Amino acid sequence: MTRRDPQFVIATPPFAKRAVDTPAIMRHVIYALVPVMIAAVYFFGVSALLLIAVCTGTCMLLEWLLTGRGNLGNSPVRDGSAAVTGILLALTLPPGLPLWMAALGSAVAIVFGKLLFGGLGQNVFNPSLTGRAFLQACFPVALTTWSPQGGLGAFLEMRGDTLALPLLRPVFDGISAATPLARMKFESEPTDLGALLFGTIPGSLGETSAILILLGGAYLGWRRFLNWRIPVGIFGTVYLFASALNMIDPGRFTDGLHHLLSGGLVLGAVFMATDPVSSPVTPRGMWLFACGIGVLVILIREFGGLPEGVMYAILLMNAATPLIDRITQPGIYGAVDHRAGRGD
Amino acid sequence: MTQARTFRHGIHPAEHKALTAGRLIERIAFPDEVILPLAQHIGAPSRPLAKPGDKVYRGQIIAAEGGFVSVPLHASVTGTVSAIAKHHHPNGSLADAFVIEVEQNSPQTLYDEHATDWEEMPPSALIEHIQRGGFVGLGGAAFPTHVKLAIPEGKHARWLLINGCECEPYLTSDHRIMLEWADSIFLGVRVLARILGAEKSFIAVETNKWDAIKTLVSRIPADLACELVPLETKYPQGAEKMLIKAVLDQEVPSGKLPIDVHVVVQNVGTVAGIGDFFAFGQPLIERVVTVTGPAIRRPTTLLVPIGTRLSNILEHCGGLTEDAREILFGGPMMGTPQQFLDVPILKGTSGIVCLTEEQVKSRQEYPCIRCAACLDACPIFLNPSALGSLARTARYDEMMDYNIMDCMECGSCSYVCPSNIPLVQRFRVAKGVLREKQARGKAA
Repeated sequence: MTRRDPQFVIATPPFAKRAVDTPAIMRHVIYALVPVMIAAVYFFGVSALLLIAVCTGTCMLLEWLLTGRGNLGNSPVRDGSAAVTGILLALTLPPGLPLWMAALGSAVAIVFGKLLFGGLGQNVFNPSLTGRAFLQACFPVALTTWSPQGGLGAFLEMRGDTLALPLLRPVFDGISAATPLARMKFESEPTDLGALLFGTIPGSLGETSAILILLGGAYLGWRRFLNWRIPVGIFGTVYLFASALNMIDPGRFTDGLHHLLSGGLVLGAVFMATDPVSSPVTPRGMWLFACGIGVLVILIREFGGLPEGVMYAILLMNAATPLIDRITQPGIYGAVDHRAGRGD
Repeated sequence: MTQARTFRHGIHPAEHKALTAGRLIERIAFPDEVILPLAQHIGAPSRPLAKPGDKVYRGQIIAAEGGFVSVPLHASVTGTVSAIAKHHHPNGSLADAFVIEVEQNSPQTLYDEHATDWEEMPPSALIEHIQRGGFVGLGGAAFPTHVKLAIPEGKHARWLLINGCECEPYLTSDHRIMLEWADSIFLGVRVLARILGAEKSFIAVETNKWDAIKTLVSRIPADLACELVPLETKYPQGAEKMLIKAVLDQEVPSGKLPIDVHVVVQNVGTVAGIGDFFAFGQPLIERVVTVTGPAIRRPTTLLVPIGTRLSNILEHCGGLTEDAREILFGGPMMGTPQQFLDVPILKGTSGIVCLTEEQVKSRQEYPCIRCAACLDACPIFLNPSALGSLARTARYDEMMDYNIMDCMECGSCSYVCPSNIPLVQRFRVAKGVLREKQARGKAA
């Protein structure tokens, strides 16, 4: 009898493995966001660039400090999810937001939104939106002060109070503009759909150009890095619900297309609601989740006090995710219908 | 021909079949010694009849079946029994096995006790005869063939399904059998269909083997109710349940067998073997084995006497490369890793896959990000994501609510998982624990 040959490893099948791993998925999400970030910098200049850098940097730095024990080699920050959180948070912020607020929001996003739950995969709520909700609650004025766009020529112009010192009351000067949703809600004045599609409108960094976000989403959907059911479900529900309301009373309710393309809906549906950690895993659960978001968005936008409701809609449905998963377990192959066996 | 049918979900791993698909089946020289374990099949081990010192002939029964769910064992060579002793078994254990020293300069002619006039025999006698031939499923599971043919009271078989999918990457033995031994296959189909009284037989082949499909279609005997069904190339298309879904659009109810939906499934290699058995009386004493992978110097498809040592085969194929780190019996998705080079080829050994360092190195595990790729891969429509997190914390009882016992361990979930979570490995442990618990519950 021979001794075990040390040349051979003890392992268990399967030995075939798909090449894509979790850090690769995060990398591809970042690639898909690059065009959106470039557009943000084009529209809002150096302010946007600084916001993205500060949010991403804060998230990554804090995750490293709080988990890696100083050793970068095995720090979870290397999986790239903290960078995604930072970028996504930045894209939800108004371009003129003071950087210290952005850093504070990023800290809340990564610490309270993710690490306190146990890190990647454990959080209930989308970390970026957790951070943004915190900022919205603390600095409602700063979070709803939108500066107008400029092209490349205005690159070096600071929009608003980017460099304001912490905790000093920021001075908002005259250069603020209303977002399409606010104009619609408070002035009943619709915005041209073409402008919405290409993003030549005031808004947060990433809610401006619907078409670039959709392109990024289409890329991720094609590579199967995000689940198409969620954005499709949200767009479908928002469009149908809004159109139905619009049909009932066109004077009071905005039409479906305007709802689809304005505000944070496209960014939220494509990049936030599809965050796999905080959304359901079952196919039917995804549809339910998406419909819930769509209905809540329209309810908040049309009947609530705020012009925009995507963030709260997603966060609320995040909370419902464990329940949705439990009640939408897939019917297995060869499922035996237990009701059929009842003796009667 | 119509569009290739399939089942829902599943995965598309790299096939790697070109290494051996184009090579003719090659007969290996008889080794100096063969090792024949008594337990090569599912069910009771065979009971030894021959004793050390006995001269045995190629094809002679040397161990009787150990019960109904069991088959006899035949000498795969002419020679002398040198011992019945513990020997390394490919499943990792030490198990009783015949050691037969092969007679030098022997013609190795077949010990002819099995030739029959099958058309005259009633089905029950045919079933017994197949058991006497030592036949088990050659696709890998090694379940005794006659047990599947003995239809329980109150059930009947309408369809005979011949499995030529060979969905595991690398393996091409069934592919070669279909190309080279079509007549044996059709004779086997004829015998089995007669035993079952089946209305119709289907031979299901994945479309990555068009040459085999064309060959078989051109050779179907006119008087045989047999249809070739091309299936999409997808793993695990060859799993019984997936096959029945794809070909007949039927689902085997959870916990039931194919016969409950009036189907009997047999592997195409088994059917060819049965064909040969009825044609010229050769019992299951040799089989086709794909020897392949990047870590073997000369990949090929071999016809090997059962009991041939792995080391003999590797030597025949030019030896391993420097970076060889794993040898599997079976394919890379569900095969069994081997630790010793002196293990014998069994009746159920469909392939020997030699992998390199690069292919078996452990990958960093990340937390589950609930990406749902595993749900989209699972052919049984389980929720491996939820099952995985329950298994990680050993909450095995709760896994029952998520139908863990329906998992067939195909490994599709582990294959797609971007976080490299060893899902199917954990499920195997969980199922073992749960099965033990159930057995204890019954005993108490």
